Amino acid sequence: MPTKIEKDTVSGQDTTGHEWDGLKELNTPLPKWWLYTFYATIVWALVWVVVYPSVPFWRGTSGWIAREAIVGEVEAANARNAPMMARLREATPAQIAADPEMRAFALAGGRVAFANNCAGCHGAGGQGAQGGYPTLADDDWIWGGSLEAIQQTIRHGIRNTEDDEARTSIMPRFGADGMLTAAQIGDVAEHVLSLSGRATDQAAAGRGQAIFAEQCVACHGDRGEGNRDVGAPRLSDQVWLYGNTKAQIMAIINNPRMGVMPAWQGRLDPAVINMLTVYVHSLGGGE
Amino acid sequence: MSTVEAPHRAKADRPPEAPAAAAAQPLYASRQKVYPKRVFGVVRSVKWAVLALCLALYYVVPWIRWNRGPGLPDQAVLVDIENARLFFFWIEIWPQEIYFLTGALILGAFALFAVSSLFGRLWCGFTCPQTVWTDLFMFVERWIQGDRNARMKLDQGPRNANYWTRKGLTHFVWLLIAAATGGAWVMYFVDAPTVTMQILTGHASVQVYFFFALFAGFTYLLAGWAREQVCTYMCPWPRFQAAMLDENSLVVTYRDWRGEPRGKAKAEGVGDCVDCFACVHVCPTGIDIRDGQQLECIGCGLCVDACDSVMGKLGRPKGLIAFETLKNLAASEAATVGMPPGEARYKAGMAARHLPRFIRPRTMMYAGAIAVVSLVMLGAFLLRSTLDVTVLRDRAPLFVRLSDGGIRNGYTIKIVNKRREDSPLVLDLQAPQGFRMVVQDADTDPDGRPMVARRADGIVQYRVLVSVPPGQRLPESTPVTFRLLEPSGRVAARQSSTFVGPRQ
Repeated sequence: MPTKIEKDTVSGQDTTGHEWDGLKELNTPLPKWWLYTFYATIVWALVWVVVYPSVPFWRGTSGWIAREAIVGEVEAANARNAPMMARLREATPAQIAADPEMRAFALAGGRVAFANNCAGCHGAGGQGAQGGYPTLADDDWIWGGSLEAIQQTIRHGIRNTEDDEARTSIMPRFGADGMLTAAQIGDVAEHVLSLSGRATDQAAAGRGQAIFAEQCVACHGDRGEGNRDVGAPRLSDQVWLYGNTKAQIMAIINNPRMGVMPAWQGRLDPAVINMLTVYVHSLGGGE
Repeated sequence: MSTVEAPHRAKADRPPEAPAAAAAQPLYASRQKVYPKRVFGVVRSVKWAVLALCLALYYVVPWIRWNRGPGLPDQAVLVDIENARLFFFWIEIWPQEIYFLTGALILGAFALFAVSSLFGRLWCGFTCPQTVWTDLFMFVERWIQGDRNARMKLDQGPRNANYWTRKGLTHFVWLLIAAATGGAWVMYFVDAPTVTMQILTGHASVQVYFFFALFAGFTYLLAGWAREQVCTYMCPWPRFQAAMLDENSLVVTYRDWRGEPRGKAKAEGVGDCVDCFACVHVCPTGIDIRDGQQLECIGCGLCVDACDSVMGKLGRPKGLIAFETLKNLAASEAATVGMPPGEARYKAGMAARHLPRFIRPRTMMYAGAIAVVSLVMLGAFLLRSTLDVTVLRDRAPLFVRLSDGGIRNGYTIKIVNKRREDSPLVLDLQAPQGFRMVVQDADTDPDGRPMVARRADGIVQYRVLVSVPPGQRLPESTPVTFRLLEPSGRVAARQSSTFVGPRQ
């Protein structure tokens, strides 16, 4: 690369002496302050490196750490919410639902707590999931849909071993333990279908009715209306936890699947349980 | 400049000098300080008037009061960051209507393009804040340190008491103006009288002091120290405004066909330019307009005034430097080629000129764009609703099967009220027969219809459940419409949504 500095005849300016394929660059000097500004940014970067945790294992002289700043912000937010949380802890769900301010807070907080703790089984928005995770947004409840019943269920859970007050009940294993023959189970299933008007074999349903009266009415009721005290689902409606086909019903009579839910008392702040109660109640099925 | 052929004759006529040694060619150079001389004339008077108007607008607007009723700011122009509102006299803009600001910026851009293609760099030379505040700072400088020669003498002279007094006083006044500028900026975002008292008594927030200092500091730095370097090195506009200029644009031009060859006033056979450098001395960016069109020229036209006053004293016709189109310049040059200096050449050159073509495809397109954007904005503003209902359908669950076999959907309904009125409204569902709506937490009117609240200048949210009884034939998706009704029955707002059922 030639380095011959020439005077450009058109502009009267000197060239830098650089040439690329016949193109010559005019020397238009950059202002000095521009150069100094560049140096200033380098100094600024060095200061930054020293003051902030910019390289591994260096915490910076300022002591500012993003993670600790977040922790501080969370603590500040908790401190702001503390008075309201104290009120929610003391109040009953019914009191919370009646107070617009507490209710608005509980619905917002309950939505978050539900997403963190409950949506894994019950689905976002309480839509439920196949295989025995009840929909909380419908109007059908196994253990009760009043504020008190929901609170009780959340606090103590269902059929768990960790809480003495957990809701509990056992359905016999009619088939697996040889209490009923396969034919009898088929007849009972046909009768169960007839409770919601879906039986196809009236003779079998008739035979099943006698067995149902003998074995099932104690919990599920004469006409399959269910019993919330023992968590016996209503059999005469359109909501089915384990499926509504004859084969699915026979499978449950043969070897029942009884859902388990953990107790949340002790894991969650009582205020959070109250917020969850009000939130679940608001999903659409609250009684 | 790409579209304009610049007359470079003056420089090209100089004999090429011998190349300098490499050592004498630094890649960085100190700034050549510019000492603009005072000037009188038509352009200068217009420039003073524009300056006074711009500064008056900037400093006074925050102080204009506008009564909006109790509980609302009474400042006519206010960007209320905290409450997310933009107040402009009778208009109140919500964050979701920020497109009005976008529209105003688009309009500003097209107006800038149109003005540039018609009249050259009017924006740069007269109304740009950098030009306005630099002009004001130069006025202060001239007032305290004297005109061009006095200032040059002061800078070259000894650093004595006189020097430090004048320099110190200049910077003090500059800082006062800068503080007023930063203070006025803050006032567009918080109540002007309140924040003024807070700043003066030391009770303003850290943010207020930060932005106050930021804008005061940069006003001082850019108008006091950087000046023309902002235009030459920092601003992108001089670099691409060439795309808006063409041979029909009025630009500040030296009529070289009339001025060349330069010479003493009494010399024989020379043009009208007496090479007095008056045009160079008044230039705020320190250039020689006789070198032709150049990036550094901000089109302020002060050289026009300077040259006109010299021509007036010499008894020659004014307009040796003038706002002229490059097309006319070329026409004059063509008409006077080969003619000797004198009155005949002047008359022939001036006779070759035509009125500038203001109406041409480029300006028509800019005008069209301005008209379209203005109409769209005006339409959007006139049709802008002050009461909205938005409907968010639950996605989880998509729908719920009820114990009786019916289907239910959940919705979240938001009532956005941009006005002060807060009387309740009736929420009404338009849907096929059999659809039932339940609004959680809502009262009912005497007819049993759900009454929803609207909050003055705010948003209210409701959860709404819509259900269909069992046995009703239901497509997978049914259109439904939610309406807000005034007590009189008038539809205040509406929003359509869908009702989703199981797949058939």
